[in-house]
Amino acid sequence: MDSANTTGLLRSVIAEAYAESPHLLYVLYALQQQFLHISEEAVREVAAHLDLPSSQVDAVVEFYSFFHKTPRGRYDILFSNCTSCGYMAGGVDLMAMLGRRLDIVAGNTRGDGLVSMDQTSCIGMCDHGAALLVNGMPITSLDDTMIDRIAALVEAETPLEDWPAGWFQVDDNIRVSGLLLKDDLLAGICLRAMLAHGAADTLSEIIQSGLRGRGGAGFSTGMKWQFCREAQGAAHYVVCNADEGEPGTFKDRVLLHSHADSLFEGMTVCAFAVGAKQGYLYLRGEYRYLLPHLQSVLARRRELGLLGVDILGQPGFSFDIGIVVGAGAYICGEESALIESLEGKRGIPRVRPPFPVTHGYLGQPTVVNNVETFIAAAHIVLRGSAWFRVVGTEKSAGSKILSISGDCAAPGIYEYPFGVTIRQVLDDCGAKDAQAVQVGGPSGTLIDSAEFDRRLGFDDLSTGGSLMVFSQARDLLAVIVNFAHFFAHESCGFCTPCRVGTTLLKNGLDKIAGGHGTRYDLDEMQHLAALVKCRSHCGLGQTAANPILDGLQRFPQAFEQRLVHRDFEPHFDLDAALEEARQISHRDDAAAHIE
Amino acid sequence: MSADTKQNPITQNTITIDGQEIPFQAGQTIMDAALAAGVYIPHLCHRQGLTPHGSCKLCVVDIASRSVSSHNSDRRLQAKFPADADSRSASACTMPAVAGQQISNNTPALNEVRKTITQMLFIEGNHICPSCEKSGDCTLQAMAYHLGMLDGHFPQFFQRREVDASHPTIMLDRDRCILCELCVRASREVDGKNVFAIAGRGINAHLIVNSASGKLVDSDLETSDLAAHICPVGAILIKEHGYEVPIGQRTFDLHQVSEIGLEKTILTKVRQPDE
Repeated sequence: MDSANTTGLLRSVIAEAYAESPHLLYVLYALQQQFLHISEEAVREVAAHLDLPSSQVDAVVEFYSFFHKTPRGRYDILFSNCTSCGYMAGGVDLMAMLGRRLDIVAGNTRGDGLVSMDQTSCIGMCDHGAALLVNGMPITSLDDTMIDRIAALVEAETPLEDWPAGWFQVDDNIRVSGLLLKDDLLAGICLRAMLAHGAADTLSEIIQSGLRGRGGAGFSTGMKWQFCREAQGAAHYVVCNADEGEPGTFKDRVLLHSHADSLFEGMTVCAFAVGAKQGYLYLRGEYRYLLPHLQSVLARRRELGLLGVDILGQPGFSFDIGIVVGAGAYICGEESALIESLEGKRGIPRVRPPFPVTHGYLGQPTVVNNVETFIAAAHIVLRGSAWFRVVGTEKSAGSKILSISGDCAAPGIYEYPFGVTIRQVLDDCGAKDAQAVQVGGPSGTLIDSAEFDRRLGFDDLSTGGSLMVFSQARDLLAVIVNFAHFFAHESCGFCTPCRVGTTLLKNGLDKIAGGHGTRYDLDEMQHLAALVKCRSHCGLGQTAANPILDGLQRFPQAFEQRLVHRDFEPHFDLDAALEEARQISHRDDAAAHIE
Repeated sequence: MSADTKQNPITQNTITIDGQEIPFQAGQTIMDAALAAGVYIPHLCHRQGLTPHGSCKLCVVDIASRSVSSHNSDRRLQAKFPADADSRSASACTMPAVAGQQISNNTPALNEVRKTITQMLFIEGNHICPSCEKSGDCTLQAMAYHLGMLDGHFPQFFQRREVDASHPTIMLDRDRCILCELCVRASREVDGKNVFAIAGRGINAHLIVNSASGKLVDSDLETSDLAAHICPVGAILIKEHGYEVPIGQRTFDLHQVSEIGLEKTILTKVRQPDE
């Protein structure tokens, strides 16, 4: 294609996408789809069309994992690298296996442009075994025979529609239902209840209920709404954080799939309470496959008069919800980074104060809540605060939906009253010989079996919903190494302690796991981890060292048994440094190694 | 303001840094108040007159958790708070000053944290002081001396970073960039341009130039811009003026980093009147 044609095609793709949604991420996704990458020229054309600095567009393309400046394959395969749904979850390296079948190395696109392969952070399929995304569609329960078949289908250039439909099946796996999971609310039922009560009473009911944010931080939802309602601004916004990137978390996937009406009901209640006209659902890019379903629920709600102008005939009550899809960045689960992303920027957490309730999306008062929080709010409006408060504990009212994965018989979704013990949860999911549980995902708390009588709640073990079980057979150091790689990959790079610190922690752990660490390295890790935790800018850095600190405290033997008993061992590994030379010279004999 | 606070005018608009009471005005950050009072809080990404950034974390301070206004009957809190009191970390350059804040700044523990952060900046980039023409004028180098840093401590990252020598009078050597975004902000907020931005994520974050080619020569950066001069390290340099001041007579050969840090202020508009 000549350059004039290329430019013309670029412009038409950009114009078409922009007409559908003005969000930069949307336009960039359209280009990535069409051209399998976003070229320098595309960056300039987008900048011109959206009237943005080309540096901003460039910066965004380079920030998000799902945008690429060089072409990906027509089949773009991304293996999850999570400990629960990753390519190593079954004990065999499935990514390397596919790489051998397709003659491709992870991170690359094959020379013929047919296929590219890489790893990506947890894709939220932890109850389904090893999983991957092919052109954005999840395939779960992978094993070696499926890998062979996938390789054959790719080589035959079989369209995805003709791949076995059962492979793409994602089940809810709801094992225990409580307050919220028993039923999806009938569309409109709590909006009618809310209109009967009025905005002020609805808000006080939410405050009375003791509902706290389900993302993990646990701020009072009612107070957040109240602050936003009271804040002055040209417009107010309601944003749902559906960017659940915490490895081991998949409850939002299930809620979005089976309780979307309750969610949108909750967002609409919030809009009425704070006076918002526009809402956004920020959906993680890994869940793009849920987009058609969510769009259809929104369309039906518009038809029913539950979204749009004068909702349910209430004059002046107008509200609508748009969906913005992320592009592979865990940091965008942090609310101010999410807002930056919504605004078409890199997901860099803002300086706080001011908080989003006063200065959020476009600088206007904004409520950002988790999927589960909005759903709980919808139920509270319908059933009353007392109904909610009788469940749970004094400081942690209501229930918590857990995503349970790892070494247990029945991974899936479990809803419990707050205050439930870890032991109870482990019994229910069939975790027989757990040595450790990661509560709240890598950013949460790693506990040992002596602590299984601790309780879930904001005053003891807080969790956004991830619960990963590790049996006696697990190599806990490998788990902690995995988490350290995750945080180094997901650090946004804004502040020094997290940007440099997470990489130093990763490198230090690799050295220990590789059998080159000494007591000195362990002490270094402790010191550095404490600094990263205390001095980082946002929650990512402040929690990134948790697995290491918890691991050193509770499972020191996991580290110590790998140590070299010398005072000092250099970071520089002479033998490893020769690897490139060995590859170039096609040698791997004894003389090509040192040691 | 509660009635209680009115009875206690001392705490109404002062903060305490290392036991020294410092006045502040509404809207000021801890850094603003400290610098105005001649109290140095180490910093690299901060420059008065530009929007505070809070990324380098050199200005970390500890603020005692209990605020005086809620416990102001407790006179013990008026005294120097105990070293083991619960405290929270904050960036002085972005944290608003609030009446009664009890702040630790120049303590051995905090300076140790700052030294480690400075070492992180050194090993992340490629800082070869002996061959750098900014040596002696470099704030990062001066900070290292100030904090008693004797080595990089951590293994070097040896990152590959691009040099951009395309501009006739200005040099961009990303090896030395510490991602403080002073040039980004100076260009936007003072020069009225938008020459620089940060792209990429995590350890791959890097400075980019807002031009069609991504090269400095195609940007509208000029030698007279503040962005061309504000770099605290040797990443952005004016060509052909490298060694005009001999080593030994440069800024930090003659002054402490703290003296310079207290002085440097950018007026909201520094462009020439004939523009």
